[in-house]
Amino acid sequence: MPEVTLKVLRFNPETDAESHFEEYRIDANPMDRLLDLLHEIKWYQDASLAVRRSCGHGICGSDAVVVNGVNRLACKILVKDLPSEITVEPIRGMPVIRDLVVDMEPFFAGYRAVKPWLITDDEHEPTRERIQSPEERERFDDTTKCILCAACTTSCPIFWSDEEYVGPAAIVNAHRFIFDSRDTGAAERLQILSSSNGAFKCRTAFNCTEACPRGIKVTMAIQEVKQAALYRSV
Amino acid sequence: MSDNVHVFDAVIVGAGGAGLRAALEASKGCKTAVVSKMYPTRSHTGAAQGGMCAALANVEEDSWEWHAFDTVKGGDFLADQDAVDVMCKDAVESVLELERMGLPFNRTPEGKIDQRRFGGHTRNHGEAAVKRACYAADRTGHMILQTLFQQCNKQGVEFYNEFFVLDLIIQGGVCGGIIAYEIATGEVHTFRAKSVMFATGGYGKMFKITSNAHTLTGDGPGVVYRKGLPLEDMEFFQFHPTGLYRLGILLSEAARGEGGILRNGDGERFMERYAPTIKDLAPRDMVSRAEFFEIKEGRGAGPNKDYVLLDLTGIDPEVVEAKLPDITEFARTYLDVDPLKEPVPTVPTAHYAMGGIPTNVNAEVLHSAHGEVVPGFYSAGECACVSVHGANRLGTNSLLDIVVFGRRGGLNMAEYANNNKLIDVPEDVAKSSEEWLRSITEGESTEPIAAIRKDLQEEMWDKASVSRTDEGLGQALGTLDSLKERYGKARVKDRSKVFNTELVEHMELGFMIDIAEALVISAKARTESRGGHYREDHQMREDEHWLKHTFINKTADGDTRLAYKPVTMGRYEPVERKY
Ligand SMILES: Cc1cc2nc3c(=O)[nH]c(=O)nc-3n(C[C@H](O)[C@H](O)[C@H](O)COP(=O)(O)OP(=O)(O)OC[C@H]3O[C@@H](n4cnc5c(N)ncnc54)[C@H](O)[C@@H]3O)c2cc1C
Ligand code: SF4
Ligand code: FES
Repeated sequence: MPEVTLKVLRFNPETDAESHFEEYRIDANPMDRLLDLLHEIKWYQDASLAVRRSCGHGICGSDAVVVNGVNRLACKILVKDLPSEITVEPIRGMPVIRDLVVDMEPFFAGYRAVKPWLITDDEHEPTRERIQSPEERERFDDTTKCILCAACTTSCPIFWSDEEYVGPAAIVNAHRFIFDSRDTGAAERLQILSSSNGAFKCRTAFNCTEACPRGIKVTMAIQEVKQAALYRSV
Repeated sequence: MSDNVHVFDAVIVGAGGAGLRAALEASKGCKTAVVSKMYPTRSHTGAAQGGMCAALANVEEDSWEWHAFDTVKGGDFLADQDAVDVMCKDAVESVLELERMGLPFNRTPEGKIDQRRFGGHTRNHGEAAVKRACYAADRTGHMILQTLFQQCNKQGVEFYNEFFVLDLIIQGGVCGGIIAYEIATGEVHTFRAKSVMFATGGYGKMFKITSNAHTLTGDGPGVVYRKGLPLEDMEFFQFHPTGLYRLGILLSEAARGEGGILRNGDGERFMERYAPTIKDLAPRDMVSRAEFFEIKEGRGAGPNKDYVLLDLTGIDPEVVEAKLPDITEFARTYLDVDPLKEPVPTVPTAHYAMGGIPTNVNAEVLHSAHGEVVPGFYSAGECACVSVHGANRLGTNSLLDIVVFGRRGGLNMAEYANNNKLIDVPEDVAKSSEEWLRSITEGESTEPIAAIRKDLQEEMWDKASVSRTDEGLGQALGTLDSLKERYGKARVKDRSKVFNTELVEHMELGFMIDIAEALVISAKARTESRGGHYREDHQMREDEHWLKHTFINKTADGDTRLAYKPVTMGRYEPVERKY
């Protein structure tokens, strides 16, 4: 079993004026998840380490952290793919509550701003399902995968410097509806996203696409939304 | 009134599929809050893969009545048939309603909701497998959770996220609210309400190998059990046949629905021996048991012969990538195995709790086996037992259950709240919760709770999982006693008020030990084999004695008491379960 060193950025507002790194040594298995190592610390070395997690396999979006400088889900990055010295920090651009736990409200506020729900102008709801062809369904498939983990948004340099920017995840979730053939709210959303805090802030840094644990083509989704906003056509 | 006292008409605990579906209904009719220990979208409903069934007959002939038959038979005749009828009839509208809320189901060439095969679902009472599962790739649960969350945001539902429920307020037999711990601040809050729902999900985390999240610890049933209220059919726990080797992460039955095959170490398709008609798509309890015996009898695969193989290499790679993308990725990421090229090592994994908080079809919680209710108290979803799944749940019936009974519960909560008054509660109603918190954060700790939890999970896996005996369950009870003692001495070392997750894990472990006890006692008493409950020392189903639901509760002096409730029968008389 290889020994790895974990350097974790710690902060407890009750006792610390500033955040600081603490080091832990762990015997790790190459197939261990980073989350397994964080558990090992929390359960047997230092119970005070705070981290959110639930599913343990990349589906609930709880545990986005910065690992050696890049955003990852702790449960989806394995020891075999990491060097023997691993630095773990909270995701950036959001207030830290404690250790690896940040206040997610600014992220969810951006999400809610784009009206991420189906908008229709039906006078009467259909009695059966709405009809949608497999091709129409495929058009927005990629952006339905989002688990709202914030890995993309908190990897974005624009978001770090401007907290008013709705951020990549919000645009991804707008995309999911704008390109859904059943939805009629595209104009409203595009108007919101054309504002000064919207999609045109994006400078195509590609950090978001690289960070997304669901493999969503985030930058492409943002580009498609920009195009739609420019030509008001979907 | 202090800032930490909140007053609502309805309070829903849990923001998974069941809780959110209830919230959509309740909040239309009365002032509603959802209290959840996690952000709603972190709930484990999001992990559900395969599908949600309804006899839409979009792809081939089907009827709700066939669905009801399959559910009753799959549940080894323990399900209450009136409740099953309600669920299977409501199913069609429930799926259509989700579609109209925006759920992106996969589509047929004509643009209708597509459907696929799933274990135990058949046409015309067992003739052949039927396409009944509606799905969105292999992330159906994710899409249900997202869609319901979207609708809740649209409707402005009020959320209290990262609030951990500690206690239920009951005065004079009537429900009056809940007590919760705010994780971010360490404060205790009182939520007074006319109607309360528990929708806290499953409790598979008491087993070593499970498909369940770290947070599925049975807090809801734990609170109920500590209150002296009964839990129903706790011995019935489902072990899913295809968990990733050692990890337990689920590979959906959809993999077999699309043509995947189980093989033993000799490469044999062993399910042909156990279920000649529907083979790999037999109900989960049967397939898990078959795997268990293949491994036990030395026909497992791998260097230690301790797993079986799920072979997807015979399916068109395009179908695998298009319809099973997530599970393909799980195998690649966590086992370094590419399912397109080689079979995936799998084992049974603790998956689903058939038992839980007893309710009727209106989601009202039962006070005893006689069927009278606790006024104002509701439960829905995996933590509840209606019972629609009987002794073994069919795949895709849980996503259905949470939506159907979440909705019914929400409607009834609003109606109850609008016709009843808020009950009076004493000033110090939160006192016992505060004392509990104080007691576990005072003094020296003897050992980390992780050590106790690990021993619990191993014991439950060894003695109370796929196959059980009287002797093993007896030993498990002894172990549970010693675990309780150790737990009583363990303390939370972290004394911080801010986001103290050690404290949360400590409380979760306490609930888990309590309901593990309820499970083991119920299982030891049931001297027959039925569905998910298999006794090596009583291998036959015994309808004469055991066609009844187990009710277990704690008495005032700390003992446990068992009682039994007859199964509500209907159109289907018990027959031997062959597939
Ligand atoms: C991997 C996997 C795949 C599955 N696939 C399928 C499938 O394809 N089809 C199917 O029908 N079923 C499937 N199931 C089963 C189904 O997903 C679950 O039974 C169902 O989603 C449970 O929903 P729920 O709303 O009851 O609970 P959950 O979604 O688990 O939600 C529980 C909620 O309770 C809250 N909570 C818990 N304790 C507390 C507390 N103390 N205080 C406050 N809040 C609390 C949590 O925060 C959470 O919001 C699957 C299950 C798993 C594990
Ligand atoms: S787009 Fe990807 S990275 Fe961004 S929130 Fe969604 S899942 Fe996370
Ligand atoms: S714990 Fe759920 S995504 Fe990592």
